[in-house]
Amino acid sequence: MTFSTFSQFLAMGGFAFYVWSAYGFAALVVLINVVQPIIHNRKVWRTLRRDLDRAEEDE
Amino acid sequence: MGEFGGFAGVSRLIKFIHKYGAPKRFYRLAGRLVPWFAGVTALLFVVGLYLGLYWAPPDYQQGDAYRIMFVHVPNAWMSMMAYVIMASFAATGYIWNVRLADIMAKATAPLGASFTLTALVTGSLWGKPMWGTWWVWDARLTSELILFFLYVGYMALQASIDDPRRAAHASAILAIVGVVNIPIIHYSVYWWHTLHQPASLTLTSQPKIYITMLIPLIIMSLAFMFFYFTMLLVRVRSEILVREQRTDWVRKLVRSKR
Amino acid sequence: MRKQNKRLAFVLIGLTGVSIATWLVLTAFRHNLVFFYSPTQVLEGKAPHHGIFRLGGLVKKGSIKKNGLKTTFTVTDLRHSLVVHYTGILPDLFRQGQGVVVQGQMAGSSVFMARQVLAKHGANYMPPDVEAELKHSMAMKAKAQS
Repeated sequence: MTFSTFSQFLAMGGFAFYVWSAYGFAALVVLINVVQPIIHNRKVWRTLRRDLDRAEEDE
Repeated sequence: MGEFGGFAGVSRLIKFIHKYGAPKRFYRLAGRLVPWFAGVTALLFVVGLYLGLYWAPPDYQQGDAYRIMFVHVPNAWMSMMAYVIMASFAATGYIWNVRLADIMAKATAPLGASFTLTALVTGSLWGKPMWGTWWVWDARLTSELILFFLYVGYMALQASIDDPRRAAHASAILAIVGVVNIPIIHYSVYWWHTLHQPASLTLTSQPKIYITMLIPLIIMSLAFMFFYFTMLLVRVRSEILVREQRTDWVRKLVRSKR
Repeated sequence: MRKQNKRLAFVLIGLTGVSIATWLVLTAFRHNLVFFYSPTQVLEGKAPHHGIFRLGGLVKKGSIKKNGLKTTFTVTDLRHSLVVHYTGILPDLFRQGQGVVVQGQMAGSSVFMARQVLAKHGANYMPPDVEAELKHSMAMKAKAQS
């Protein structure tokens, strides 16, 4: 509708660098904010399992 | 009796929060909500990106560069909204000793800082081609940068104190004091001469954005809002497990998922 | 409960205090927080006389004269105006009738030598055809009135 060809879409009316950098940066920040809590959550679970194992060995 | 009646109402509300905002109950509730919130977020992002990058027409003055608005404005809004949410939770936790509120405030900080950073960087990438500069020290840009430092300061303070209750108390004071910056950011474009233009969307007047550009903006804003709530729930769940690790219900949970 | 009311009062009083303090500071430094001066303010002598400052306003229609990289144009706040000289590349949005902020200093009483030109843009966003239509209908209205 707005862009007639794919390369026109990529060119963003001559503002490709600014538009794609802005969207790229936003996507990167979103990605980090998804991955980091998941990794942290796994770490928390590993620690909790290990602590439980130790506690049960002591009993 | 008026004021005391108010306090009694608040105290009933706080009792309600204590009962249903118990970490154990909230952990389960959040666990059920996360997949739904994540699904809605993903859907909104797909639709919003399609509409914003492809479907929306170019602007009469800025051409296609204005499409940066669809990431810049939602992040700028969320940076302020997240701060108000963080400070409210911090105040609730501080005044009424609600543990869950402390956890919510702590989990909001990195998300709010991310929104602020994205707003600043995308704003810079928009400013260079349109204004002719990456950065100026006008009131709007400066107050938004201060917001970023407030988030960073809050997180640093949290990290520097080991005891979670004392960390929550100390950082709550910072969060509450920092709230004064929020109206400054909002009204900076009216109070001072700034390079940044005034708001295009206000509650009191007609939107200054054409409807085919407004729709993607609203969808992208909802996308970032749902993204915030999704990741808040994920972060809160981890934090609850850490803080409640010595309770029976967490031990039972860990044993059942071994 | 008494302890909680005390903490609530502490937060409310503290927040009020900080707000008042901030308001006082901002009022006191109001003039230092000025990002740009309008031509009227400059002609009234409110801008620094010899130092570098920013001048803001609208680019007067039909005032832009280009000679290579050298540009001369008039900045107006619709009450008073100043002539600006600038050598360099102009931003995309630099157009007549558009908001502009220029940094530099005065040379004489009504000429401003700019080192940097920044374009201000409005809060309006619309597609080009809608804008053309709007202009057309406004012109028609003006015609009907005259």
